[in-house]
Amino acid sequence: MANPNYTIAGGAQRAVETNKVLKNTYMLLSATLVFSALMAGLSMALAVPSWMYLVAVIGAMLLGIFVLPRSANSGSGVGVIFLITGLLGFGLGAILTLYLAMPNGPQIIGTAFGGTGIIFLGLSGYALTSKRDFSFMGGFLFAGIMVVFIAAIANIFLAMPALALAVSGAIILLMSGFILYDTSRIINGGETNYIMATYGLYLSIFNIFISLLQILGIMGDD
Amino acid sequence: MDMFLKIVAAAVMGMMVFYAWRAFQNWQEHGPKAQKGDWQAVVLPLALVVGLVVLLVAMVR
Repeated sequence: MANPNYTIAGGAQRAVETNKVLKNTYMLLSATLVFSALMAGLSMALAVPSWMYLVAVIGAMLLGIFVLPRSANSGSGVGVIFLITGLLGFGLGAILTLYLAMPNGPQIIGTAFGGTGIIFLGLSGYALTSKRDFSFMGGFLFAGIMVVFIAAIANIFLAMPALALAVSGAIILLMSGFILYDTSRIINGGETNYIMATYGLYLSIFNIFISLLQILGIMGDD
Repeated sequence: MDMFLKIVAAAVMGMMVFYAWRAFQNWQEHGPKAQKGDWQAVVLPLALVVGLVVLLVAMVR
């Protein structure tokens, strides 16, 4: 028969480790978001051209696929995540410059920013307080990401506003699902690496913001 | 320059589809299955997200 003292001690130790991962994740996420915002400000000050957004996204995707998984278990992983988020922030600045040139651009950016904050805080709070395990959503989310990527690839060349709107809507729903999924994986011990956890949550926030900008930009225009 | 970047972006996104496909297959074989009531717990917050986006669109129009 198992010694109940060991079981209680094991449970307490797991809870401490989970809280440590959660705390480190939110601290690194805050730092990367601030750094990203600074890089976006720099990009806007330099008035970089809009194609810089594509360059930044391509660079960040390649770093996320090939470099981050290999460095996430070492100290260099922190540097890589700042490189990725800095690149994405720099690319975002080019897009924000375009929106600021629109008549209601500042309002659209402010609304998208506020909406992203409400979605992230609301869903994170829900996942943290409900303590449900949302890892069953994994298959559904990855299938959805495949469909969205195929549609997005087609729209790179077709440039159809209706398809862009549909893709943006689908991305907001999928990334909302990923916030629930990633947060529940942290609190249930499925994700123990705070760098990878930060990367997942940062991508969800970034994609929700970009998609909200696109939806509000298309729908807010007469 | 623009077309070159579009082709590179499409290629990298194609690579992401490949990675997502592998993750999907792995999840289908080894991932946990939904229990009764699990999807209901997801649909409610996602419906609230949809409602919020509709509200935000109405605010900027």
